[in-house]
Amino acid sequence: MSAADTIATTESPRAETSERPHADGLKRDAFLERMRLFGLCSPALLLVLVIMVIPVGWLFYLSFLSDEGTFSLEHYQRMIDSKSYARIFRTTFEVSILTTVICVLIGYPLAYFLAQLPSRAANICLLTVLLPFWTSLLVRTYAWLVLLQRKGLINSWAIDLGLWDEPVKLVHNLNGTLIGMVHIMLPFLVLPVYGSMKAIDKDYLKAAANCGASPTQAFWQVFFPLSLPGLFAGALIVFVLCLGFFVTPAVLGGGRVIMVAMRIADNIEIFFNWGAASALGVVLLLLTMGILYVSSKLLKLDRILGGGSHT
Amino acid sequence: MNWLKGAASDTQITHGNRLWLYVLSGLVMIFLVAPTVIVIPMSFSESQYLEFPPREWSVRWYEHYFQSEQWISATLTSLTAACLTALVATPLGTMAAYGLFVSNVRFAHLVFIILISPMMVPVILVGIGVFYAYVKLKMVHTIFGLVLAHSILAIPLVLIVVSSALRSYDMNQEMVARSLGATRLRAFMVITLPQIKFAVITSTLLSFLTSFDEVIIAMFVSGGDNSTLTRNMFNALRDQIDPTIASISTIMVLISSVLLICTQVFGKSKKEH
Repeated sequence: MSAADTIATTESPRAETSERPHADGLKRDAFLERMRLFGLCSPALLLVLVIMVIPVGWLFYLSFLSDEGTFSLEHYQRMIDSKSYARIFRTTFEVSILTTVICVLIGYPLAYFLAQLPSRAANICLLTVLLPFWTSLLVRTYAWLVLLQRKGLINSWAIDLGLWDEPVKLVHNLNGTLIGMVHIMLPFLVLPVYGSMKAIDKDYLKAAANCGASPTQAFWQVFFPLSLPGLFAGALIVFVLCLGFFVTPAVLGGGRVIMVAMRIADNIEIFFNWGAASALGVVLLLLTMGILYVSSKLLKLDRILGGGSHT
Repeated sequence: MNWLKGAASDTQITHGNRLWLYVLSGLVMIFLVAPTVIVIPMSFSESQYLEFPPREWSVRWYEHYFQSEQWISATLTSLTAACLTALVATPLGTMAAYGLFVSNVRFAHLVFIILISPMMVPVILVGIGVFYAYVKLKMVHTIFGLVLAHSILAIPLVLIVVSSALRSYDMNQEMVARSLGATRLRAFMVITLPQIKFAVITSTLLSFLTSFDEVIIAMFVSGGDNSTLTRNMFNALRDQIDPTIASISTIMVLISSVLLICTQVFGKSKKEH
């Protein structure tokens, strides 16, 4: 943050009126002033600590307690031994990877298309990305449930058009889950990719064409590499959000697609097993944080997260 | 069809060569918008099985909604929680953004990460953590507890939006005001705030929507007389496809669209100045 010079100028009017025009006193004044300003963060910080950090820390502690209340690793041991947990983790990764890949495949071309439009047209087309972004996730999941059901719109249109003869099972399985999740995650990919594409200097492409590159070469050798940071950031956000997904697979998966977050909720609501739920939650959290940490080291993600607001 | 041969970009590609891109983008945009839009006419269907286009139009599912005490009380709970969340998260987030921006302490970056962490921690974990804490504090099923939990989800959004506005704002203006005798608070209120007000308004709307649309935390900590709309919808969805939900969905889509249009209008007027 570029406030160092700001602070310096802040102090000069005070220095003239200050009773202690000594360097030490000024330094201490500046320090106190900065601490007072920093204090403005404390209400938000306190809230996040009390509502999130401490309870999650408590869950971390619970995950190491056996049912009798003694220290044990049984909840983690169960995760390694039990086949059902292995299946849940496999499903979670499968769904997250597939969703991310599909989002990249259809989101990148859309972002490219939007980035090339004149700004007025681009703003109108961007609304098609922002509208779902602003609409309730539950409403969109419900809409897909209605569209994809046995006698739903997609099936009846496909049969009318002769695409298939009898209703295909589109929902309450992996298909439905993927369709719904891609729909929900797509804006998270398109917006950062669009942002990074808009920042690419078009002169590079002209230069490439000038040097004899065909349009395809200019795209793959110049434009595509420059858009990669945005693409990685978007794909990462999509993947990490998918890992913790709950509502969409619960509604569109029909009990056939069980992801980690759903199992956590079941452990609480059905089995009242806080230890097991906490242990799963800790693993999910560590996975998420680990992936984010490694990629932020690789990609300087904080720059994108800090400056990449979509508004 | 001459435009097909015209240049499409700064390289020598023509529109004709890129027809596939236009078709694909069009289809993806339809994919993005159609489901939300198609629910609207369907909610006016007479039939128990939602049809499109409806064979017979009716407002029976809206009547069903407005006459149901349970749905209406859930809607009021959601609206109250969303307004309060916006009222809590916007000032706290804005204060934090301003504090971090001007204080320039060494650990500001760490604090920023902690404050936006609720965006990255899986919501399910926040949900059960909050639930556990609220059981101990006897705050389960209270609007107060729900608002606090939703606020920590909204603060990261406020922080990001307001911080990026502050970065493009010239802080020297505030210095001028202060050198002319204004206190820091007054300088902020009179000089800085009016210039970042679009970011603050956007943050308020985002905070409202974050709370209004939130499902998972509400599922754990709201309930009884204080069940939220999304909690009831989610429970209804797990059992069967209730057409009443189509009418509620339509209302929710309208609310989101109006808020989205508000931000676009604010954004436009900002550019014109």
